[in-house]
Amino acid sequence: MIRVQNLTKAFGPKRAVNNLSFTVEKGEVLGFLGPNGAGKSTTMRMITGFIPPTSGTVSIGGHDIVDDAIAARRLFGYLPESAPSYTDMTVHGFLHFIAELRGLTGDARKRAVNKVIATCFIEAVVHQSVETLSKGFRHRLCFAQSILHDPEVLVMDEPTDGLDPNQKHEVRGLIKEMGRTKAIIFSTHILEEVDAACSRAIIIDRGSIVANGTPEELKARSATAGTVLVRLSGDGLGNLTGRLGSLPLAKQVLTLESASTGKASFRLVPTKTAAKGDLAASVAALAKAENWKLEELHTDEGRLDEVFRNVTLSDTSK
Amino acid sequence: MNSWSHIKTITKRELTAYFTSPVAYVVLIVFLLVSAGLPFLFAGLLERGQANLEPFFTFQPWLMLLLVPAIGMRLWSEEHRLGTLELLLTLPITAWQAIVAKFLASWIFIGIALAMTFPAWITINYLGHPDNGAVFCGYVGNWLMAGSYLAITSMTSAMTRNQVISLVSAVSLCLASVLCGFEPVPRFVAEHLGSGLANLVSGLSSLTHFQNAQRGVIDSRDLLFFLSVIGFSLFTTGVVLRSQRAG
Repeated sequence: MIRVQNLTKAFGPKRAVNNLSFTVEKGEVLGFLGPNGAGKSTTMRMITGFIPPTSGTVSIGGHDIVDDAIAARRLFGYLPESAPSYTDMTVHGFLHFIAELRGLTGDARKRAVNKVIATCFIEAVVHQSVETLSKGFRHRLCFAQSILHDPEVLVMDEPTDGLDPNQKHEVRGLIKEMGRTKAIIFSTHILEEVDAACSRAIIIDRGSIVANGTPEELKARSATAGTVLVRLSGDGLGNLTGRLGSLPLAKQVLTLESASTGKASFRLVPTKTAAKGDLAASVAALAKAENWKLEELHTDEGRLDEVFRNVTLSDTSK
Repeated sequence: MNSWSHIKTITKRELTAYFTSPVAYVVLIVFLLVSAGLPFLFAGLLERGQANLEPFFTFQPWLMLLLVPAIGMRLWSEEHRLGTLELLLTLPITAWQAIVAKFLASWIFIGIALAMTFPAWITINYLGHPDNGAVFCGYVGNWLMAGSYLAITSMTSAMTRNQVISLVSAVSLCLASVLCGFEPVPRFVAEHLGSGLANLVSGLSSLTHFQNAQRGVIDSRDLLFFLSVIGFSLFTTGVVLRSQRAG
């Protein structure tokens, strides 16, 4: 549904977005990650046609965003970064205005407006002026206008920004649910959102894609991915390192807590050939044979924040 | 949905926005007080013994000079400031629909302001037998002139998110346009640069064209002048909006 090809935006000599290409299909939720100033918003603005690209193309549902703008714009809903709305209008008036421009009339319009008011939890402020709304409500109002016409494509720039933890949870749930039938792209710098809502994530840094994959694939790139955490307690914990290290699947054993206190914990790095979970199983078998008291055994899935830091670190160290 | 229904929707919103803001009422009241007061106090509307609205219209080019930019300064500056420009221009409407719609809303608002000066018209009808055709032409000319100021304001408003800058630059541009037709200026040009150039200068002035209308004649040239200023300025508004986004 969303096809981005070689998208580039230069502001003077600076390339804010550099040769991005990716696609988002129906049923996909793409998380767009990156540090501040990486070019996330600029990309969003080019996808929605608000700013023209320096080079490259964007097409929405087969319609080019520059050459066939109106047809393309009909297909998507957009939540800009600042979640703007007209402060002189009431919530109800604003939604009706957007619905009218979206071509909804009569009963269909009423139904659509009432539906998003319920979906976005803004019933309480429907007749209030936008000016008097808190940031959270303004954000949800702008979110509401973006899904008003039940678009096939949703483009959202930091949809959970400014929301409290409960609202964040609701919005993520909403995005995930809508993602089953729509093509969604949303930007964020909150990594937990990737796990909570995305089927795929792209990390960009200084305008270029530095990582692209499912959350699991990305996490697997982390150094701790696949390592096994073992915590043991009890007596007779002599030479644990040696015995754990003798497991054929263990490449390396790192001591996190030594046995002197009666408790011991280790991180085992698997060999390259070990399948996921095998190392943990062999540790469990060893513990059983040796009669150790196993307090914790856990195969690490890897950490997104670690991957994020690794691929974008160049930005902070310059 | 066709273009006109988009334009209608936006125009309705913009016009409503005027009536929900206290600023518009203040501007409206100031305009009515001043445009009613000046002719009586300084132009001797009553003492002249002539039943026409000439003294009323004499002040209009100068009054509109301040009033129209004050009404129009928010047109695009406000969209820039609120960030709603990003919302508006990614909806399935074209930029020119938005430009025309916003212009129309403000122009209608000015029309309402002008219509509310009707007590002056009633007064002279009560006192004598004015040529109501000429009065009507005066009003139409006045509204057209205001439209040309408004389109210029739309242009300056598109350039900045700051309403004050938008106001000041619009007033300056409109003032330049009025002054080109203000008697001493063409005379000065005629004395030093020749009468051909003087005609050109005064021909570029809204004042010159408005004065024709005030006499009760709306010539096709005057009409063309105001409409071209409006068309050109709105077109430039579009160019400014586009080039700003291109970065």
